[in-house]
Amino acid sequence: MPLLGATSGRPLWMRLGSLLALGQWVFLVVAFICLTYAFLSDDFSVKLVAMHSNSALPWYFKFSAVWGNHEGSLLLWVLILASWTLAVGYASQSLPLDMRARVLSVLGMISIGFLMFIIFTSNPFERLLLNPVADGNDLNPLLQDFGLIIHPPMLYIGYVGFSVAFAFAIAALMTGNLDAAWARWSRPWTNVAWAFLTIGIALGSWWAYYELGWGGWWFWDPVENASFMPWLAGTALIHSLAATEKRGVFRSWTVLLAILAFSLSLLGTFLVRSGILVSVHAFASDPTRGLFILAFLVLVIGGSLLLYAIKAPAIRSNAKFGLLSRETFLLINNILLAIALSVVLLGTLFPLASSALNLGSYSVGPPYFNAMFVPLTLPMIALMGIAPYISWKRTNKVSDAIPKWFVAAITSLVLATLGTSLLSNQYQQDFHWGAFTTLTVSIWLIVSTTLHILSKAKHQQGLLSGLKRLSVSYWAMVIAHMGIAVTAIGIGLTSVYEQQKDVRMLIGDDISVSGYRYQLTAINTFEGPNFSGTRGDITVFNNEDVVAVLQPEKRFYYAARNVMTEAAIDPSLTRDLYVALGEELGEGAWAVRVHVKPFVRCIWLGALMMALGGFLAVTDKRYRRKGALNA
Amino acid sequence: MHPARKQRLIIVAIIVIGASAAAALIANALKQNLNLFYEPTRIVNGEAPIGRKIRVGGMVLENSLTRVPDSLTVQFVVTDYEAEVTVEFTGILPDMFTEEAGTVATGVLTEEGLFVAEQVLAKHDETYMPPEVAAALKNKPPSY
Repeated sequence: MPLLGATSGRPLWMRLGSLLALGQWVFLVVAFICLTYAFLSDDFSVKLVAMHSNSALPWYFKFSAVWGNHEGSLLLWVLILASWTLAVGYASQSLPLDMRARVLSVLGMISIGFLMFIIFTSNPFERLLLNPVADGNDLNPLLQDFGLIIHPPMLYIGYVGFSVAFAFAIAALMTGNLDAAWARWSRPWTNVAWAFLTIGIALGSWWAYYELGWGGWWFWDPVENASFMPWLAGTALIHSLAATEKRGVFRSWTVLLAILAFSLSLLGTFLVRSGILVSVHAFASDPTRGLFILAFLVLVIGGSLLLYAIKAPAIRSNAKFGLLSRETFLLINNILLAIALSVVLLGTLFPLASSALNLGSYSVGPPYFNAMFVPLTLPMIALMGIAPYISWKRTNKVSDAIPKWFVAAITSLVLATLGTSLLSNQYQQDFHWGAFTTLTVSIWLIVSTTLHILSKAKHQQGLLSGLKRLSVSYWAMVIAHMGIAVTAIGIGLTSVYEQQKDVRMLIGDDISVSGYRYQLTAINTFEGPNFSGTRGDITVFNNEDVVAVLQPEKRFYYAARNVMTEAAIDPSLTRDLYVALGEELGEGAWAVRVHVKPFVRCIWLGALMMALGGFLAVTDKRYRRKGALNA
Repeated sequence: MHPARKQRLIIVAIIVIGASAAAALIANALKQNLNLFYEPTRIVNGEAPIGRKIRVGGMVLENSLTRVPDSLTVQFVVTDYEAEVTVEFTGILPDMFTEEAGTVATGVLTEEGLFVAEQVLAKHDETYMPPEVAAALKNKPPSY
């Protein structure tokens, strides 16, 4: 068993650091390849393969089936952790030796915990030697999808990436050396982890949108919240790290955030893996697993908070800052994010707590989260338009910025009024104040940021060369902030203007939604590799022009005996046409669900921009120069 | 007062006011959106409130699913093998919804004891059972 080989080297970890990180990584890769090979070659004597794969499954789904289950996904988790550890070991040659050893040992301890978890409660290589089965149970059809091939690895890279920020924080706490250097080391790792997490969440949302057949892109499902909470903490951490590096303020708060971000990642893993949630993601329902993760969680969070409590009082920041300084804005950003985080945490954990304490079995509805997030997010976006103009330390030169803010405010008000009127007209609704506010605030952010870029570039000779001279990290910030605006526009406009109709249709029937006429022209049956299906042909007209022919499917998967809806979507930047087949109603009639979703693509486009910003920030010369300096 | 201290006081005051406003909003929003779960037995015993959004869960009784012709409205009976509640739903049922399988519906109970659902959830695969349904059925093996 290769895993055992990896584990046995553990106590030596502290001294051999990066060499052992390499060894652990190699062994885990071998383990992972073995498991992948078992899946690809249909080795049904391995229990996991028999449970989650099938000989008729296409090869790429066999591949993704490796992590489409509890044991395999944990192996992936540890493999990613080992990869991060390896990366830290080799990319941080410039770190002081003791710091690097501490960081690596913290990562190693996390790794031990998870490897023990795998070996004792969820061994992926368990065999079925007594009763070998002829064919496997198949992968849950919901998971047989391209989005699901890459969603878990992305999400895990993000989750686990926060362990690096965590390890740096713990190592720095141990030495008591929480200086600007510590913040500078942590920043690139945090940014990359955050960017991956952003992509992971966006992919999950996109997958839910087209695969679940409900046309929703976010359900405030506890599992979604579990990934969203580390994201909020990570976002706060990125901003607070910036303040710590540049000005040495908020040190202990930053450490706390680093601990929090990783703890929430662990909590997310616990919530998803323990089987206490009602969710697609809940593969496991073995209580020992839940207990193990819970114990591990208590150990990690309790231990790190204890260390924090002991060491934090010694941390003092002497830097002062004025009321209208960038520090204040970053502080407000952090406060708003922390409130948002507690809102999600409360809404997610309250039902669990009340059922654990026998106070009744509750669920918290999406209106709760929506009611909370709108008033939190809009001021945050509005302030994001101002923040770049404000300089560090204290108030100065704001008078220069006021005319620009004025221009941005007027432009956004005009454009938002125009946009809202046009859209309300197109989708036959009254002037919607919610859409207006969202548009105003988002356009304000875009215009204000653009003006800031221009004014910054103008200080150099010539606009073009000025634009070129702006630092990469500045561009990263700008792109990520604009991404927020784009996502906000997408969320606002989709929520306000989307139209959905569930109808009963016979062949030849049609229905109009938001100016588009949907006509059911045919229903056919067909055979897939591991399923049989029914496909509807629905032609969409705008006036008398054919816009699209959509082919939604209903599939029946043989092995799992599951029925699945495959929605059909005609995507474009300004609107998605979305059709899903419901069930057959008899007499040739079908239930059909039809949506028109304006600007829904912007949600994921914005998320991609944020992730791009996160990646760009890492390539900034500042981080590399420091490496060259010490090499 | 020292200007720096005064400034700090202002910041602290803003934080305190903001935090309490947020806390009040959170508490209020949470109160309005908590949906309590009831087993069919408790609904039949009259323990569930009428006209308030609640959830009911159990097994869908065999042969209880009926369709209202020319519409998307369906009715089915949810049971915990002790008591039965009739659920009405207009819309598209989830893929995995079948008779003799677990389901959880969110909606409102009427005076007549009919549960009008706005959302119906079913399990995600063959082996999965929602924990609440499992608890509702505990120690109550099918009597037939």
